Amino acid sequence: MPTVAPLDLEGHCIATIFLGGVPHFALADGVVHRLDHGHKWTELHDGLLSTAYDAARSRLVTGGEDGKVRAIGANDSVETLAEAGRKWITSVASGPQGAIAFATGKTATVRFADGKTRDFTHPRSVEGLAFAPKGMRFGVARYNGATLHFPATEGKPVDLEWAGAHTGITFSPDGNFLVTSMQENALHGWKLADGKHMRMTGYPLKVKSMSWSAKGKWLASSGAPAAIVWPFTGKDGPMGKAPLELGTRGNAAVTCVACHPSEDIVAIGYNDGMIIAARFADAKEVLLRRPGKGAITAMAWDNDEKRIAFGSEAGDCGVIDITG
Amino acid sequence: MSEAQTQIPVTVLTGYLGSGKTTLLNRILSENHGKRYAVIVNEFGEIGIDNDLIVESDEEIYEMNNGCVCCTVRGDLIRVVEGLMRRPGRFDAIVVETTGLADPVPVAQTFFMDDDVRSKTKLDAVVALVDAKHLPLRLKDSREAEDQIAFADVIVLNKTDLVTPEELRDVEATIRAINPAAAIHRTTRAGVPLDTVLDRGAFDLKRALENDPHFLEAHDHDHDHECGPDCDHDHHHHDHHHHHHGEASSIHDVTVQSVSLRGGEMDQKKFFPWIEKITQMEGPNILRLKGIIAIKDDPDRYVIQGVHMIVEGDHQRAWKDDEKHESRLVFIGRELDAERLKRSFDACQAA
Repeated sequence: MPTVAPLDLEGHCIATIFLGGVPHFALADGVVHRLDHGHKWTELHDGLLSTAYDAARSRLVTGGEDGKVRAIGANDSVETLAEAGRKWITSVASGPQGAIAFATGKTATVRFADGKTRDFTHPRSVEGLAFAPKGMRFGVARYNGATLHFPATEGKPVDLEWAGAHTGITFSPDGNFLVTSMQENALHGWKLADGKHMRMTGYPLKVKSMSWSAKGKWLASSGAPAAIVWPFTGKDGPMGKAPLELGTRGNAAVTCVACHPSEDIVAIGYNDGMIIAARFADAKEVLLRRPGKGAITAMAWDNDEKRIAFGSEAGDCGVIDITG
Repeated sequence: MSEAQTQIPVTVLTGYLGSGKTTLLNRILSENHGKRYAVIVNEFGEIGIDNDLIVESDEEIYEMNNGCVCCTVRGDLIRVVEGLMRRPGRFDAIVVETTGLADPVPVAQTFFMDDDVRSKTKLDAVVALVDAKHLPLRLKDSREAEDQIAFADVIVLNKTDLVTPEELRDVEATIRAINPAAAIHRTTRAGVPLDTVLDRGAFDLKRALENDPHFLEAHDHDHDHECGPDCDHDHHHHDHHHHHHGEASSIHDVTVQSVSLRGGEMDQKKFFPWIEKITQMEGPNILRLKGIIAIKDDPDRYVIQGVHMIVEGDHQRAWKDDEKHESRLVFIGRELDAERLKRSFDACQAA
């Protein structure tokens, strides 16, 4: 039986992550809590807005209401990566070779490991940011589509157009597909080789959480009474195929998804605080946490694939040990 | 926890540069009312705003991808409100200050069309600051000035000391011609009592028309200065002269019109399909609609309001014994066919 070690905090949890095996919980007030031989915490910002996990450097990159971009690593090592005055840092992303990117208004700024920065200004607001898994390339979700930039070269940006407001963005782990979440209840995808469109619609709610499965064959998403898991097994992605619907509940909505690090299993968090795990192959479900105080907003697996750190909008966070 | 308890009220301030928006905003923030405000501004201006929680955001209009051109929202507001609401303990209410050229419609629609914003906040009122001296010029210049007046729930007619009584009368007549449903307050230096602009519940169907008991009632009633008995503010302009409908406005640059309809009890089988059809077909031309509807065999008043194609209605309260069961509806918009609206509205009346 899975067991839950609760950590009751005050405030909206934005992200959870394991750094050096220690579970961290980043809250909207800018304080990052951790369970490291007891409850400890570090204040990173006056107001936290955005986070991105940098797996290569085992750190969480954070953007704040205070206009700062910072990073916290294992052993409470904190550094300030950039400052943008009084502007909100609405989105951050981590890339290869220690590069990061952050968004303020209409500008996306890339900061390379050596501290050099480069600005990319757009006609409209930069809503979401993500680096491609390989090469120095990043994507910007924006109104009416996405833009790809090549910050290490003078290469021209590539515009991918699709009407509507695109807010979130993610590359498939093989770098072949780009998927955005939209202001309307839908995802949109592009096959990058030929720009072919993929429309992923039918959600009753906005999609706020997306997670690629271990080998990038599936994309799990929130925004429905079930986790909607799109197949990216064929060369054209999910086109013409139906998604899996895992963990369907009649009276609740999925608010957060996190795929298992190596197996085709997804942890599914709901708006009532319940968490389950579901297997793609047979849709078998295991209850991991009973409903709590608020909607699940963050989940992360540890490298040993045994624990999940979770957080909610009401602050009732914790760590699930799936081995019991 | 009920939704009503957790929804944070939002006041939208519109108005041209120089109309007194910043003055009013600073009064809202500095007067001793015990409330904390989060302020969303387009730019940290030259003139300081003294508040702990100010967020700058670039006004950004998003068309919804549903083929409807009037379904627009403010993308920046969705983002900022979502961020603010993750730390709700810091403030009791939100004020959105828009630029002079801002279209108020997407601002308002954001609070109806975005599920997340809608679940956590509620639009309280749209307040338009109008410079009495420069309004005629503004109306010549731009459609935005007119839209802001047409769309407002409360109009603060400011800088009245800079015009003659005749000019003031003309300006007010013009405002009334554009928007007969708003409360107008004449002031100098934005010195309006704050309770006339805050916590109005103008979009709250239970309250909307209670604030304005004379809604479309008497054509020669002056809405200015509806003060309670304990009102102690300075009545600079207490000359309750009546504005005159039928007297042509001397300012001829108005493209917004209003159509006021009155009728008896409605047949609900006819009225609801009618309002649905009108808002679907005429939505792009309708800036606001508001009404009290008497439905045959229904003991309750039915209130209705809309923005473009969004229309909401609900039972408000029981008709009082001495109240006439009468239906009143006003459309504010452009290119409205008054004759056709009147004819089709009349046809919805119960036999």
